[in-house]
Amino acid sequence: MFSFCTDPSILPDWQWFACYLTNATHLQFYRAFGVVIVLLAITAPAALGMGLLGALALRSRIWPLNWLGQGYVNIVRGVPDIVFFLFVPIALGQGIEWVMHQIHCPDWDQPIRQGNDFIVCREAKVPPVNAPAWVRDIYAFGMAVTAFALVFGAFVANTLYGAMQAVPKAQIETAEAYGMTRRQAFRRIVLPQMWVYALPGLSNIWQILIKATPLLFLLGIQDIVYWARELGGQKTSLFAYPHPDWRMWYFLGLLCFYLFLTWASERAFARLNTRLSRGQATAAGERMRKAAAA
Amino acid sequence: MKKTTLAALAILFGTSGVFAQDVLRMGSEGAYPPYNFLNDATGELDGFERELGDEICARAELNCEWVINDWDTIIPNLVSGNYDTIMAGMSITEARMEVIAFTQNYLLPEPSAFISLADTDVAMRDSGVIAVQSNTIQAGYVAETDADLLEFPTPDETISALRNGEADAVLADKAFLAPYVADSGGELVFLGDDVILGGGIGIGLRQSDTDLRDTLNAVIDEMKADGSLNVMIEKWFGADHPKF
Repeated sequence: MFSFCTDPSILPDWQWFACYLTNATHLQFYRAFGVVIVLLAITAPAALGMGLLGALALRSRIWPLNWLGQGYVNIVRGVPDIVFFLFVPIALGQGIEWVMHQIHCPDWDQPIRQGNDFIVCREAKVPPVNAPAWVRDIYAFGMAVTAFALVFGAFVANTLYGAMQAVPKAQIETAEAYGMTRRQAFRRIVLPQMWVYALPGLSNIWQILIKATPLLFLLGIQDIVYWARELGGQKTSLFAYPHPDWRMWYFLGLLCFYLFLTWASERAFARLNTRLSRGQATAAGERMRKAAAA
Repeated sequence: MKKTTLAALAILFGTSGVFAQDVLRMGSEGAYPPYNFLNDATGELDGFERELGDEICARAELNCEWVINDWDTIIPNLVSGNYDTIMAGMSITEARMEVIAFTQNYLLPEPSAFISLADTDVAMRDSGVIAVQSNTIQAGYVAETDADLLEFPTPDETISALRNGEADAVLADKAFLAPYVADSGGELVFLGDDVILGGGIGIGLRQSDTDLRDTLNAVIDEMKADGSLNVMIEKWFGADHPKF
C-alpha cells in the first residue's frame, strides 16, 4: 500500500501499523464486511418473499397448499439452523447435478453414488468444470442466500400470518358488505394494514439474521468472523508482520460493527413504525390522531 | 522418465473422460505454518504444501487452483466435490482411509512434540490437560492416554489456551510448534521427548478418483527420485527434518 512497507521489521510503530492494517489479508478482511452487507441486502427481501408465500399458503383454503405451508413453516422452524445450512447446499447442489446428469448423460453406465462419493458426468458438473473462481464464489454465495432465505422465510411466514389475523375482523366484514370479494378485501384491506402488526416480529427476525451471518463460513465463504480469528491469532516470525495474540481487539471491532448495525436498524424500524401507524386502528395510531386534533 | 509418465497420463485421461486442462481444485486449511498459511504480505496461500502442490501441478501439467476450507469440514467438502484434493498436513491414518483415499506420503512420519510453560513437570503429559486441534492424530493420541483432552478447531487457539492457563501442555507437529517456542523467549519450552505419530502426510482425494491418484503418485515418485522433494523439505522445515 505505502512505499515504505517493503521491510516491515525495521519500521517505527506508526508506520508498522499503517502497513499492517493495509496489507493484503486486511484488505480481504475489509472486503468481507461488504460481503456481509450485500448478503443482508439480498437475503432480507428474499426471506420476506418466501415468508409472504408461506403466509399465503397458511391462509389458503385449498388444503394441499395449506399443508405445504404448514409443513414448511413447522419443519424449518423446528430444525436447528446449522443443520439446514449444512443440508441445503449439499442437497440442492447434488439435486441440480443429478438433474443435469439425467439431461446430458442418459447413457452413463456407472452408478452415481460410489461409496462416499457422488459422481456425475463431466458435462453435468455445476458450476462447470472449468468455471473461473468468481463463478464458484457467486454459486456458493447463491447457495448461502437460498439457505438463509429458506430458514428465515419460515419465521417470517409465521409472523406475517399472525399479522394478517390481527387485522380487525370487522373491517374485512365491512369490505365484504360493500361487495368486495375475499381476494379484493385481502388486497385492499388486510395487506396494507398488516405491516404495522408484523413490524415488531420482523424487526426481531432481522436482528437474528444479522447475528446469523457468521454461519457463512460453514458454506466456504470467508466472513468477518473467520478473518478476525485468522488475523488476530498469534503470528510467529515466519510472517511478515509477527504479533502476539490480538484476537480480543479484532473481536472488539466486530462487536462494535454488529452493535452499530443493530442500532442503525433499530432506528430505521422505529421510523418505519411511526410511518405505518398513521391512520391505523391501533393504540399508536390513536395517539397520533389525538395529537393532531389537539 | 518424465516424458513416459506424461504419455501414460495422456492415455489414462483419454480413456476416463477427464481432460488435462481441467481445473484441479486443491483444498487446504491455511492456518498451519509452515505447512500451509496465509501470507500476510500477499494475502495468498503460502507454505511448504503450496510450493509442493504448485510443483506437482506443473510437472503433471495440471491447471491447479487453491481453495481454503475449515479443518473440521475439510473431508466432507472433499467428498461432496467442492475441491478435488487435500494438502493440509493431513496424516495418513486408517480411520481417514475409510472415507477418502491418499497418495503415497510426501512427508515421512514426523515427530510431534509437547510444549508447555517453562518449569512444568513432565508428568503433566500423562495427568494434565492437553490442548490439541480437533480431528487430528494428536487428538487421537491424547484420547488414549490418562491426560485430559481439550480440543480446539484451529491450531492457533491451542497455543492461546496454554498461555492463559486453560491447558497444561499442547501436543502438535513439532515443525508447527518450533517457531512459537523460538519466538517466546523462554516462556514456552518443549516438554519431554518427541513422539512419532501417523503414517506420514499424503494428498487426500476421493476414493473414486483412481486416475488422479496414479498421476499424483507418479509425480511424487519422480520428485523423491530426483531429490527435489528433499530440497523443499529442508527449505521449509530445516536440516533436521526427516527426509526421503
